[in-house]
Amino acid sequence: MKKIGKGSWEQFWLTYKNKPGSLAVLICVILAAAITVGVLFSLIIYILVNGVVHLKPELFAWEYNTSNMSMMPAIISTVYITALSLLMAVPVGIFSAIYLVEYAKRGSKLVKVIRTTTETLQGIPSIVYGLFGYILFVITLGWSYSMLAGSVTLAIMILPLIIRTTEEALISVPDSYREGSFGLGAGKLRTVFKIILPCAVPGILAGVILAIGRIVGESAALIFTSGTVAQVPGSLFDSARTLSVHMYALLSEGLYTNEAYATAVVLLVLVILINAFSGFIAKKLATR
Amino acid sequence: MDKYTIENLELFYGDFKALKNINMKIQEKEITAFIGPSGCGKSTLLKTLNRMNDLVEGCKITGTVKLDDQDIYGKIDVNLLRKRVGMVFQKPNPFPMSIYDNIAYGPRTHGIHSKAKLNEIVEKSLRDVAIWDEVKDRLNKSALGMSGGQQQRLCIARALAVEPEVILMDEPTSALDPISTSKIEELAMDLKDRYTIIIVTHNMQQAARISDKTAFFLLGEMVEFDKTETLFSVPKDKRTEDYITGRFG
Repeated sequence: MKKIGKGSWEQFWLTYKNKPGSLAVLICVILAAAITVGVLFSLIIYILVNGVVHLKPELFAWEYNTSNMSMMPAIISTVYITALSLLMAVPVGIFSAIYLVEYAKRGSKLVKVIRTTTETLQGIPSIVYGLFGYILFVITLGWSYSMLAGSVTLAIMILPLIIRTTEEALISVPDSYREGSFGLGAGKLRTVFKIILPCAVPGILAGVILAIGRIVGESAALIFTSGTVAQVPGSLFDSARTLSVHMYALLSEGLYTNEAYATAVVLLVLVILINAFSGFIAKKLATR
Repeated sequence: MDKYTIENLELFYGDFKALKNINMKIQEKEITAFIGPSGCGKSTLLKTLNRMNDLVEGCKITGTVKLDDQDIYGKIDVNLLRKRVGMVFQKPNPFPMSIYDNIAYGPRTHGIHSKAKLNEIVEKSLRDVAIWDEVKDRLNKSALGMSGGQQQRLCIARALAVEPEVILMDEPTSALDPISTSKIEELAMDLKDRYTIIIVTHNMQQAARISDKTAFFLLGEMVEFDKTETLFSVPKDKRTEDYITGRFG
């Protein structure tokens, strides 16, 4: 049997033998794809090779001290700060997006201004958010280095991201659903909550996951706001260090490079797990 | 009896006048067809009848539209109006939920939550559009898995489920195959004993086949409105004659 179409070398040769330009482009795009994949894999492998051997039980001890360098408090703080930031940013973000897409006049000046604002905010380096959080929450409001100051700062940082992704998700819901719902005499509220939002959930979730990724990976904005105390925080006003900050602290001290690699492994696994989980949820919701 | 009384209706999209001085009375429990070339204003007029034009930015109207002697642009609850005046759209637009929930959406919106009552409404609506036997075993499956023709009948059933008095159909068969089209046409004729039906169509044969009265629109004007037989056999206006004999449009 003769193979046809993609995958046959003969076909490949016939297609490209007289077209050096096409061949060059083909090689370039394959190369670019290969570089992307290669970089990602070498990074992961490098971290795993250097980190896995240093994963010791005492790294997960409940209490942190200078002999065990435990990352357990950092893991717990990461969960706390992520949850707190999402708790603040997600509702506000989703409701802002609902306002922009469903309530505000489409294409109005106000919507454009808000859209430009969120885009600009997204581009601001996180250290600037850190400085802002430091001045406003830590100093002016007197929250000192605390989990609260850190979470609020991160919530502000991820808010534009949540708004933008939710907005895109809402816009991508076809207008025919809105018409169908209004046509049956349903009001705006019911249409938004029963028809539009359920359709937009996978998109919104994707945004939330991106936001979690940013929170988990953030260090600059947190060093100035939630500080670097490596203990499990007892209250909102206690300082707490997340895994990323923990890594930064270990590296900057210069004595614990191996532990930093081990932390990187945990961080990496965490992010991969979050991604896989979100993909799973989105698929579940989409096929429902 | 007159269901709708439209007087001196003009409609603007921004500065563009889409409807010019429309005056007509639409009889209840009949099928009234709106025909005319694209952009003649027939769909626009249809959408003024349940105020779907409210959703369009910069849309303004003058004149009056009365439903049973009540001005629908006066002090009324728009949601209640749309409950009384159901709508079927050009492209079937079932919600991305189960067949059952699609039908139950309307009744639930208007406060019916009893399971038994909802079951009854769902069955009755689906029987009315003659797809009950086809779908009764998969009521909990997504409506998006149905064929185009089934989806459109589902959408009609969904509109019937809130017990409307009028059903507006905006080119309901333009996205369907000939067999589904004839099923929808039969359905429309079955339903006219109980509902007032107003249908916009591109297809003159369709108007001739199913409607009792036909209105011909051109460039935002209602050129002629008469019994369907009369309009298609002895049109009074030269433009109507040109259109129905296929000289333009």
